[in-house]
Amino acid sequence: MVHLTAEEKSLVSGLWGKVNVDEVGGEALGRLLIVYPWTQRFFDSFGDLSTPDAVMSNAKVKAHGKKVLNSFSDGLKNLDNLKGTFAKLSELHCDKLHVDPENFKLLGNVLVCVLARHFGREFTPLAQAAYQKVVAGVANALAHKYH
Amino acid sequence: MVLSPADKTNIKSTWDKIGGHAGDYGGEALDRTFQSFPTTKTYFPHFDLSPGSAQVKAHGKKVADALTTAVAHLDDLPSALSALSDLHAYKLRVDPVNFKLLSHCLLVTLACHHPTEFTPAVHASLDKFFTAVSTVLTSKYR
Repeated sequence: MVHLTAEEKSLVSGLWGKVNVDEVGGEALGRLLIVYPWTQRFFDSFGDLSTPDAVMSNAKVKAHGKKVLNSFSDGLKNLDNLKGTFAKLSELHCDKLHVDPENFKLLGNVLVCVLARHFGREFTPLAQAAYQKVVAGVANALAHKYH
Repeated sequence: MVLSPADKTNIKSTWDKIGGHAGDYGGEALDRTFQSFPTTKTYFPHFDLSPGSAQVKAHGKKVADALTTAVAHLDDLPSALSALSDLHAYKLRVDPVNFKLLSHCLLVTLACHHPTEFTPAVHASLDKFFTAVSTVLTSKYR
């Protein structure tokens, strides 16, 4: 469960309302694959990931980034029950996808960098702190069903 | 993990762009670190950590100056940062996990102030740079 103050909740939803979720998803996933290239291990079927340009323009990366961020978006609507919200996805990532939960933390931090880039000064230390709580909560929820 | 020629170019050009703002960014990154990761405050019980604190600004400048030194000596970080490495190992003994937290907040600060410059390739190079500096600073821990 993520504990956000009223002010933090307001900062999170205020900024999220201005996010182009589809685009930000693609950018975040793309940057994950570039900054932490070992994460490419999960995406052998995605085609050319050999250069930053190739990754950022890759249609499969964009599509998958969109999927991931829409799911994250759902989480934002259920901050009081992230574990419940992500239970099925947690099982999927463990049993079928075999993704080390460390990757959720990496993606969460990349997402924070992307939001910082988009919002500039508006992404104040307080706003960042609120989002760090959210991404940590989502990462924990996604790791919760691992065994 | 090695800094490629392209990484070094990205790092230097970013630092050129930052210009005289490095000190401010250092302070902001510390602010962000204390607010997002409150456990990091345990290393500064003697500081006023309220927003805008003069002590935090001064310390941020110190951190930034060290990074500027590092940028000027990318080919030999261990030598350039040797004194700081001793300091962190024998006196400060900051748990290694905290270097990642500050590094992340440095990236966030740079992303906020230089969105165009902060391309994926530059983001990667800077992350590698901060990791390399962190490795040197913790290299004598044991």
